[in-house]
Amino acid sequence: MKRTLSIILSSLMALGVVLALASCKSGGGETTPTGSADPKATGDSGEKTIYLLNWGDYLDKEVKDEFKRLTGITVKETPVTSNEEMIIKLDTDDCPYDLCIPSDYAVERLIAKNRLAEINFDNIPNIANIDPQYLKLSEVFDPGNKYSVPYTWGVLGILYNKNMVDEADLGSWDLLWNEKYSGKIIMYDSVRDSMAAALCKLGYDLNTTNEEEINKAADELIAVKPLARAWLTDSIKDSMVLGSGAVALVYSGDAVWSMMPDEGSDELEFFVPKEGSNIYFDNIVITANSPRKAMAEQFINFLLDGEIATRNTEYIGYSSPNVKVAENIDEFFLNCSAYNISAEDVARCKVFRDLGDKISLYDAAWNRIFK
Amino acid sequence: MKRVILSYPYVFVWMPLFIIAPMLFVLYYAFFRDGQFTLEYVQNVVANDTYLGAFWNSLWIALATTVICLLMGYPIAYILSQMKKRTAALVSLLFILPMWMNMLLRTLAWKVLLFDGGVFQQILSFFGAGNVQLIYTPGAVLLATVYDFLPFMILPIYTTLQKLDRSLIEAAHDLGANGAQTFTKVVLPQSVPGIISGITMVFVPAMSTFAVSTMLGGKQVMLLGQVIEEKFLAGTDSVLGIGSTLSLVLIILVIVSMVIMNRIDKDNSASGGTLW
Repeated sequence: MKRTLSIILSSLMALGVVLALASCKSGGGETTPTGSADPKATGDSGEKTIYLLNWGDYLDKEVKDEFKRLTGITVKETPVTSNEEMIIKLDTDDCPYDLCIPSDYAVERLIAKNRLAEINFDNIPNIANIDPQYLKLSEVFDPGNKYSVPYTWGVLGILYNKNMVDEADLGSWDLLWNEKYSGKIIMYDSVRDSMAAALCKLGYDLNTTNEEEINKAADELIAVKPLARAWLTDSIKDSMVLGSGAVALVYSGDAVWSMMPDEGSDELEFFVPKEGSNIYFDNIVITANSPRKAMAEQFINFLLDGEIATRNTEYIGYSSPNVKVAENIDEFFLNCSAYNISAEDVARCKVFRDLGDKISLYDAAWNRIFK
Repeated sequence: MKRVILSYPYVFVWMPLFIIAPMLFVLYYAFFRDGQFTLEYVQNVVANDTYLGAFWNSLWIALATTVICLLMGYPIAYILSQMKKRTAALVSLLFILPMWMNMLLRTLAWKVLLFDGGVFQQILSFFGAGNVQLIYTPGAVLLATVYDFLPFMILPIYTTLQKLDRSLIEAAHDLGANGAQTFTKVVLPQSVPGIISGITMVFVPAMSTFAVSTMLGGKQVMLLGQVIEEKFLAGTDSVLGIGSTLSLVLIILVIVSMVIMNRIDKDNSASGGTLW
């Protein structure tokens, strides 16, 4: 009995190894995104498919279906969870994806690595729907707006509970340091974002690489530690909705979620502190070697269409740079302080830059805060 | 001869690929930067007190978990061993059952239970202590690690107690030993191998745990495993080096505790090897 079992087990193991080796040889591992579809195999014969590397839940499925109905092109998505993962997946010569939606600093790094294709805007007349204000802001990471089209944007700010926070305390980053709310302050467990709050509070640039400024900001965060209930990421929304936090450092997109009529709480409000903050963009880009560039551009143009963009925005909940969306979107979003952020607030915000090696200064500060 | 061949896939493919190669990678990243040998990371980790806090946190959580598991696990295992075979099988199944579920899921369940307004807080507020914070405290982390590792303490002890020769206990009674004496002089010494493997199986994984503290600690309790995870996810080379060095520290700690445990085990039980 034992012997038969060990024979079966070891032959299974051997089989597994053989299969693994075989698949390495034939495919080179990563070339096939999602499921069995092979992008290399699609040509003029057979159906048309484009491949999109995207964040999870970041594109309305019905929008994809509509695109297929109109053009016959299928959009296949592969989900990722970080910009770093996107960069790794796009940084190969036989990258199988046509489109991707990385954030600002990741676009900057991908341009530097020559992994993006210049977009032919003659094929994208709907670019006129994008508010020039955001195109200007995204020139920081994409000079001349050659490689990227803004998809969503958001601002780092403070989500607070109206019933717990005095109105007099609002408006400034100081709220996160206010001892009145000790044990009810929830911080964001992420280096750049928490440091951005502290740097802005002190009036420094949030992309600073000045060691002294970074250290002072770290001291500020050390001062928050005894006041903070916890340092979280995804759980912030739940904590705030359930009322266990009075104030929280969040991105506006997450704030919109916590304020949604069905799952959120109507006690929550959001503001962008007067000292300024971080604004981020997620942008659609086309990969450098994409053999289906025309179809990819067709899809981008489709996404920028007023009605489609509105539907998509209502699904994902992040602010849209599309002027047509503002005209058509559901009233909840227009009245939501975290969705409809004023132009003055946006003007005080800055985009994160890729700091290269200097990021180690931030890592060192982070270590000091949590040692 | 045939049997030796059957072990080849494991010895020549599995072990090198999934055990030895990763260890070598850890060693490489701990001592090399851009292909150059460096002691920078080791110095950074050893000479700095940056990671000391996480180290002590991990150590005390692991020790406390082990002690609590032992204090709870031994009596449970003893009671189990005294039961009729059938009842014992049923009850031990109840202890093993949670182990069939993914540890992350179990921890997530704790998160829901301990969350503000959750079941536990409701029970506490019934007794007038509703404002006690449960989640994001060291206590929450300790509770979940004890829950996760308790079966690993019970099972080896139960196995040794079950194998215990009944006639020895009868002999002790015949020779005039009372219940307590029989336990301390006969039962306890014989169950040492079980206790030792129980301690090892709880202490070692508890020392390197990180998912529990990430989900239930809210950064209020930083453990060594959590720091390592953060370093590796950051993705830059220098940070990777520090993460590897910290992993190395953890590996050394594990080896040291294994050696100590084996020593104690050998001293105590000349007969029979360790379990598990």
